[in-house]
Amino acid sequence: MTEETTMEKGLEGVKVLDLTWHIAGPYCAKYLADCGADVIKVERPGAGDPARHMGPFYKDDPHPEKSGLFLHLNTNKRSVTLNLKTPTGKQILKDLIKDADILLESFRPHVMPALGLNYEELEKINPRLVMTSISSFGQTGPYREFKATDMIIYGMGGSMFWTGIASREPVRLGGTVVSYQVGVMAAVATTFALYGAEKRGYGEYIDIAAYETTRASIDRNGTDLLAYQYTGDYDKRAASSARSYPTGIYPCKDGYVDVSGGTVVFFPRTAKMLGRPELAKDPRYCTGEAQIDVKRKEEFDAEIYYPWVLQRTRREVWKEAQAAHLLSGPIFNAQDVYEDEHYKERKYWQEIDHPVTGKILYPGSPYRSDEMPWTVRRPAPLLGQHNEEVYGKLGYSPEDLVKLREVGII
Amino acid sequence: MMTGLYFKGIRVVDITVVWAGPYVAQMFADWGAEVIRVESCQHWMVNTRGQQARPTQATIGPEIALPWARGYPEWKAHPRSWNRFPWFNVHARNKLSMTADLTRPEGMDIFKRLIQKTDIFIENNAPEAMDKMGVTYEMLKEQKPDIIMIRMPGWSLNGPYRNYRAFGLHMEHTCGHSQIRGYRDMDPSTLTVSFHCDAAGGATAAYAAAVALRHRERTGKGQLIEIPQIEGMIPQLGQSMMDYAMNGRVQKTVHNWDPAMARAPHNCYRCQGDDRWINITVTSEEEWRALCQAMGNPPWSAEDRFADVLGRLKNQEELDKLVESWTVQHDNMALMHMLQEAGVPAGAVFNAEDAYNDPQLKERGFFEPLTQEDCGTHLYPGLSWKASKTPNQLRLPPCRLGEHNEYVYKQVIGVSDEEYAELEKAGHIGMDYIPSIP
Repeated sequence: MTEETTMEKGLEGVKVLDLTWHIAGPYCAKYLADCGADVIKVERPGAGDPARHMGPFYKDDPHPEKSGLFLHLNTNKRSVTLNLKTPTGKQILKDLIKDADILLESFRPHVMPALGLNYEELEKINPRLVMTSISSFGQTGPYREFKATDMIIYGMGGSMFWTGIASREPVRLGGTVVSYQVGVMAAVATTFALYGAEKRGYGEYIDIAAYETTRASIDRNGTDLLAYQYTGDYDKRAASSARSYPTGIYPCKDGYVDVSGGTVVFFPRTAKMLGRPELAKDPRYCTGEAQIDVKRKEEFDAEIYYPWVLQRTRREVWKEAQAAHLLSGPIFNAQDVYEDEHYKERKYWQEIDHPVTGKILYPGSPYRSDEMPWTVRRPAPLLGQHNEEVYGKLGYSPEDLVKLREVGII
Repeated sequence: MMTGLYFKGIRVVDITVVWAGPYVAQMFADWGAEVIRVESCQHWMVNTRGQQARPTQATIGPEIALPWARGYPEWKAHPRSWNRFPWFNVHARNKLSMTADLTRPEGMDIFKRLIQKTDIFIENNAPEAMDKMGVTYEMLKEQKPDIIMIRMPGWSLNGPYRNYRAFGLHMEHTCGHSQIRGYRDMDPSTLTVSFHCDAAGGATAAYAAAVALRHRERTGKGQLIEIPQIEGMIPQLGQSMMDYAMNGRVQKTVHNWDPAMARAPHNCYRCQGDDRWINITVTSEEEWRALCQAMGNPPWSAEDRFADVLGRLKNQEELDKLVESWTVQHDNMALMHMLQEAGVPAGAVFNAEDAYNDPQLKERGFFEPLTQEDCGTHLYPGLSWKASKTPNQLRLPPCRLGEHNEYVYKQVIGVSDEEYAELEKAGHIGMDYIPSIP
C-alpha cells in the first residue's frame, strides 16, 4: 500500500449541486458523479425528477423508484428534496452553495433569475462557483423561451433533414441520444471551467444550449454546414443509394450486416473476402468510374454479393470481412450486446444493487483509467433519501426536518 | 483579472483520423491549447483529409456525392484538395499541422523530441497500427513521465474485437443504435448513415482528458485513458439497454413516435413547399388543447378518440394524417413561431441554408468567419458554449498540411536550421503528399 491509495482519484472531493431534470442535465451530473464527485441531486418534494415517471420500468411497474431510465442516469448521486419557490428553500440552497464547486441547472432561462438564484447573486455567496445552465436554445436570443423535446432539438439543430429516404419524411435518431450527448458536452464545458476556476481562483457562468451543441457536433452536422458554405448546396435525403459498392446494410442469413467494401481503396479487399480475387482487376466493377455506375452496382448485387451474403450469418460475414481488413459491422440489438463475449471479457457491465429493484446489470464506464476509476459507490437514490444526512450538516435536526416537510419546503 | 483561455500553455499533440479523435483535439484547441497534428507526406490517413488525396474533377460534383462527403469549395478539384475538405476543415480550426515520416528512425526521433514537450497525446487509430509504429504509453512515458495519453480505439485495447476495423457507422450498428432507429414499416437496409458514436466518444474523451489534466495539476501524475468509442455510446442507449436488462425485452424502432413517454401527437409533418417539414411533439393535455386551438378547433379534434393521450396513442396513425392535413397548408418556419407562441413544442426541420439564416444562431454569434489560403473566406460553425469570464472566438483557420512545420520543428522541438534542411531534403517536411498517393 502506498500513499497513492489515499490520494484523490478523478473528481473526488469536488462538490456538485445538481438541480437538473430529465436526461441531459442528469447525464452530465452522472459523468461527474461516476468519476468520484460528490453530487447532491436536488429534487422537488413529492414528484421528484420527472424522469422517475419515464419508462422503461422494472417489470413494467410505473413506480417512481423503478424507472430504468432514472436508475441508469442517477448512479452515485445523493438525493434531497427542496422547494425552491419558498424563502426557506432558497436559503437552504444558498447555504449549500457556500461549499459547492459546481452548480448545474437546466430550467428555462427565466426560472433561476425569477427565483433570485441567478449567477450574479450566487457569485456573491461563493466566488469560486462554476454554474452551468443547460437550456434548449441558450440564455439569450429570440428562441430562448421556446419549448423543446429531443426530436425538436434534433430537427432544428441536427442532420434530421437529410436522414431517411427522399420519398418520405425525415426520420430521427434512436432513443434520446441527442439529449444524452448534450449532457456529455455540458460535462466537458463544466470540467473545462472547473479547471480554469481552480487555476484562477474564481468561477464563472457557463451558458450551454442543446441547440448549439447539437449544431456544432461532429456527427456530420458541422460538416453539412461547412459544405453548404463551400458549395452553396445543402445535404438532402438521397433518392437512391447510388454510391460505391458494396456499401450499406444488406440482409443476410440471420439479420443484417454492413460492410464498407466499395471505392477503389476497398474493393480489392472485397474481392478477397468473396474468394474472387480476379474481381479486383475486373473493369466492370473495380475502377473509380465503375464504382459509381448504378447498373454495375445492381449487377454486382444480384449476381455476386446477395448470393454470398444471404448464405452467411451476421457473425460469419463480419468475421470474413474483418479478415479481409474491411470496415464492417452487423446490426445488433440490446440482447446481442448484453450477450457478446467481448464486453463480458472486458467486465463492461456493472451489477448494481438497489433497495427497491434489487440487482440489475447496468451499462458500465465509457472510459478506463487507473487514475480515474469508474466506481459505483451507491445506486440511484430514493427520493429525498439523504435529507437527514445533508441537512443535518447544515444544523437541522430530524424534528426540524419533519416540520419543513409538513409545510412543503422539503 | 486573468481572462485568458483555460488551456493557454498546454500543448496537445495528436495522431488522429476521421472524426472522433480530431474532435477531442478541437475542443482543447478552441479553449486555448496549442494543438499540433502530426501528419505525414508519405502516408495517407484514411477518410481524414478526404476520401482520397487527389480526387479528379470527374469524381467531384453535386450529382456524384452529397456535399458533406465531397463538398470541396465550388465543387472544384485543386492541386491541394486535402486542404479544402469540409469534414476535415470543420474540426481543423485553431490547430497547427506538422509533417514527419514516423516509419523512419529520424522521423520517430523528431516525434519523441516533440513528446518531451507535450502535455496530452491523443490518438484514435486501430491499435495494431500504433503497435507497429511503437507508439505506446510506455514509450511516451519514457519521453515525458507525466504525459496524459488518450487512446480511442473503436472497440478496445484488449478483448476479442481489439483489431476489428470500423467506421462510426458500423459502431452505430453493433452497439444497438441502428436497431432502434428508422422507419417502422421498412427494412433496416433503408437506414441512412448516422455517426453519433464519434460525437459521443469524442466528447467523453475531452471530458476524461480535462479531468486528467486537473488531476495532474494536483498530483503531478499523468495517465493512460482508454475511451473505446462503442463503450461511450452504449450508455447513451440507456432506455433500450435497461429494458433488456430489467425485462428481457428487445426494443425496436419507434420511428418518429414517442410511446415510451406517452406523447401524441409526436411526429414530423409535411409543410407547404418542397421538402419542408415541422416536428410537433405534444407532451401534455394542456399542449394538446393549445394545438387544437392553433389549428382553429377543427371538428375532428373534438372527437372522443382524441380526447386524451391514451386515445391519441391508440389512433396515432389517423391522428398524424389529420394533423398533417393542416400543417401541409403552412410555411414551416411561420408555423413553428405560431405554435411556440401558443405554448406548443414545435420546431421546423432545418437544412443548412435555414441554419445560416437562423435569427437565433445569428444573435448568439454562432457562425464565425475564417480565411484559409486554399479555400478562401467562409462562415464556420463556431463554439459550442459560452463562458462568462472567458471571452472566446475562433482564432486560426483550418490547418493546411505541414503549414506549421517551421514553427514546430524550430521553435517547439528546437531543431537547428541545418537539421531542418536535411529533414526537408529527406522528405519529412513538406506541404504536399508524395505523387504516388492517388
